[in-house]
Amino acid sequence: MKYVDEYRDPRLARELVRYIRRRSTRPWPVMEICGGQTHTLIRYGIDQLLEGAVTLIHGPGCPVCVTPLEKIDRALAIARRQEVIFTTFGDMMRVPGSETDLLSAKARGADVRMVYSPLDALELARKHPERQVVFFAVGFETTAPANAMAVWMAHQEGVKNFSVLVSHVLVPPAIQALMEDPETEIKGFIAPGHVCTVMGYQEYETLAQSYRIPFVVAGFEPLDLLQGLAMLVDLLEEGRVEVQNQYTRSVCREGNPHARAIVEEVFEVADMTWRGIGPIPKSGLCLRERYRTFDAEFRFEVATISREESSVCIAGEILQGKKKPVDCPAFGRECSPEHPLGAPMVSSEGACAAYYAFRRLQEAEA
Amino acid sequence: MCLGVPGKVVEVSNNALGLPQGKVQFGGVVKEVNFCYTPDVQVGDYVVVHVGFAISKIDEREAQRVFDFLQRMGDLEGLDMPEESQ
Ligand code: SF4
Repeated sequence: MKYVDEYRDPRLARELVRYIRRRSTRPWPVMEICGGQTHTLIRYGIDQLLEGAVTLIHGPGCPVCVTPLEKIDRALAIARRQEVIFTTFGDMMRVPGSETDLLSAKARGADVRMVYSPLDALELARKHPERQVVFFAVGFETTAPANAMAVWMAHQEGVKNFSVLVSHVLVPPAIQALMEDPETEIKGFIAPGHVCTVMGYQEYETLAQSYRIPFVVAGFEPLDLLQGLAMLVDLLEEGRVEVQNQYTRSVCREGNPHARAIVEEVFEVADMTWRGIGPIPKSGLCLRERYRTFDAEFRFEVATISREESSVCIAGEILQGKKKPVDCPAFGRECSPEHPLGAPMVSSEGACAAYYAFRRLQEAEA
Repeated sequence: MCLGVPGKVVEVSNNALGLPQGKVQFGGVVKEVNFCYTPDVQVGDYVVVHVGFAISKIDEREAQRVFDFLQRMGDLEGLDMPEESQ
């Protein structure tokens, strides 16, 4: 496939690895924020190829993993209602709530359906005017324009039986929270290419200056990440505090103005709790007042459901890059993708699931 | 979750609300895609698609830059060689 295969060329990848290893004078601790990037790094063993030159710390960048427990419980409470068709992206189906998950609720008769796009959920609402169609609007800045558009279209068309359960998180406030931690070892960041495709990277320039730390915006293929890391190591070795853009084929500094405008129209910034991490001020999105009627938490009066998290799972430390999945005593034992105890084991972009899929395989082959 | 897949635009039209939409081909698969965020796309362009929306038009010239970078790096390595063998 064009724009995919050529970015997986093993010969060029080897050259980049050689370059980074030669250029680096110490194992620079750097974080990739985005779970999609974690997935590529682990899948291709890039973290291992760079051992000693770069220490990759996996960040909290999987919206599925950080969706708070109480949102899952609210989703379940809504999904169980007779009149509701509850729609969601596939990876939310198996995220454990405090007692069960959406897939199990479906097995017990709830009408839960997987959709590819929020527009598919809106289409279901048009087709079933007698039912209430709810979409679980989860995501980072990348997904916010799509979810905003579904709400905006429903509003324009007067679709009354459509609503969204919003659990949107923002990347820059999370970086800020990580950098405010006095124990942090992070010296540089790989910034998320698709979040920046939508939002641009001006916010990261502010962060770079406040925390004196370089950023490279990178794509998702192995060569993208290796080139991004090469650029980041160059910056670190030269002591330069800058934001550079490796993913120029998709990202420009201002982002996508059309996408940003609809997000601004429909959503506003709100405080948000991240599963495993806790509350981070101004780190999420909620619907603006004029779109409140589309808010499923109000429509179904579930906003009061609140939950404490269990203590077995060390997802919090993993999502903050303080521990690796293999440090968790439950990893691969009580906790596996078939029986996930925590969210990072559910989504294929969760760090625990990526380690489970690829590290165990490697160990078996070795 | 933030998966964005590059594909080739094969059809551009407008939906009932007058919003730009069309079809994008990914390898052998063709999907309906909303072009609200890339209103200037044309058939033959490549776009990055996320949950049914094109979020960017791929810049062909910029796409080449990774390989230019590698080329330059290769040239530099060439210069490094004699030093190493000393
Ligand atoms: S392995 Fe399972 S229990 Fe351990 S941190 Fe990961 S998700 Fe939580």
